[in-house]
Amino acid sequence: MPAARRLELVVNGERRSVEIEPRTLLVQALRDGLGLTGTHIGCDTSQCGACTVLVDERAVKSCTMLALQAEGSEVMTIEGLSRDGELHPIQRAFVEHHGLQCGFCTPGMILTASDLLSRAPYPDDPTIRRSLRGNFCRCTGYQSIVESVRAAATALRTGTA
Amino acid sequence: MIPAAVEHVRASSLEDAFEALADPEAKALAGGQSLLPVMKLRIFRPSVLVDIGRLELDGMQLGETELRLGSLTTWNKLESAPELERPSLAAISECAAEIGDLQVRNRGTLGGSLAHADPASDMPAVVLALGAQLVLRAADGERTVSAEEFFLGPFTTALTPGELITEVVVPLVDGSGSAYVKVEHPASGFALAGAAAQMTRNGKQRVAVTGVGAHPFLLPEAADPLDALSEAEIYGDRFAPVEYRRHLAGVVVRRALERARERMEEGR
Repeated sequence: MPAARRLELVVNGERRSVEIEPRTLLVQALRDGLGLTGTHIGCDTSQCGACTVLVDERAVKSCTMLALQAEGSEVMTIEGLSRDGELHPIQRAFVEHHGLQCGFCTPGMILTASDLLSRAPYPDDPTIRRSLRGNFCRCTGYQSIVESVRAAATALRTGTA
Repeated sequence: MIPAAVEHVRASSLEDAFEALADPEAKALAGGQSLLPVMKLRIFRPSVLVDIGRLELDGMQLGETELRLGSLTTWNKLESAPELERPSLAAISECAAEIGDLQVRNRGTLGGSLAHADPASDMPAVVLALGAQLVLRAADGERTVSAEEFFLGPFTTALTPGELITEVVVPLVDGSGSAYVKVEHPASGFALAGAAAQMTRNGKQRVAVTGVGAHPFLLPEAADPLDALSEAEIYGDRFAPVEYRRHLAGVVVRRALERARERMEEGR
């Protein structure tokens, strides 16, 4: 058996260290190692996007990345988005535009949206839908999620969060 | 689901990587978007993962006669690269943009996908149609093979143990147009049938198909592509039986040729 080892990385702005095996997936290191259970395991096969987190500002499926591949990187999970008790503009937009029902897919949706909006501040609806293709929602029918992301784009551009 | 126990070695140089890859049970890990899923399913159990993900193999160089793409270039980079915004290379970004989803494109790499050689993956068709060469490096030197010589069967390539793809070299064909079109499986996004086409001003066309056989392949240049398809050995499964898949292949070939021609004409 390969020995357990310590992994150093930055999670939500804080230096963290966690014991892992080489085969440990990033999602397990976050959930089981660091207790950050906001990152969900849905399909566990790289389809549904519930486990999406940001690694060095890019959305990735943390069920399809070894924790060791994130060594030294900056990881952002849903727990790291709010500031001083204030929801992030994307989170607020999801609340205000009914972008969630059961909420299981929401962390992944929001982090994928965050990647999109950091690159494309003026996304049209087809771009939003295309970007969310790797995130499944079984409640909303997506329309309200698209509206939430559109509203979040406006809020981020104008600073009216 | 977790992979079977495995060692992990981070390569800090190509020499490092070749040393670790000397172990016959070792496997190179790039972005992991193809490899990790098959390891989680325990279809594949290497003893050592040689993590080449941080090697500097992700460059893109547009020269006078060729485009050189580093093997670790991600789909995300390819889909939005200004270097590829020309009719002759448009198929590359068009294809990259259709692969997987945003998260997969952020991590998945050109070289990783070509080495994995899923018979329904998209980019092999494009490298075949554009006449690309693959640069393969090993501890004892470097060799170049054409895309046609590279794909041998399902998940089977000309790579020998311990060898890595370092670059994909695409010759620039002045005034040509290119395109990639697929009909995808609605759940997996893999090509039920995909076609890449290159159309040149002297009327020459190169067409390659993916998702329809044991490996992606180039249609014979001399024959009419649709005639060639009617004689090709086509793969059938529960999603698309042989004759339906042959029909789909004909549709995507025709569309890819039309789009490549339009791009060639616009580029004039």
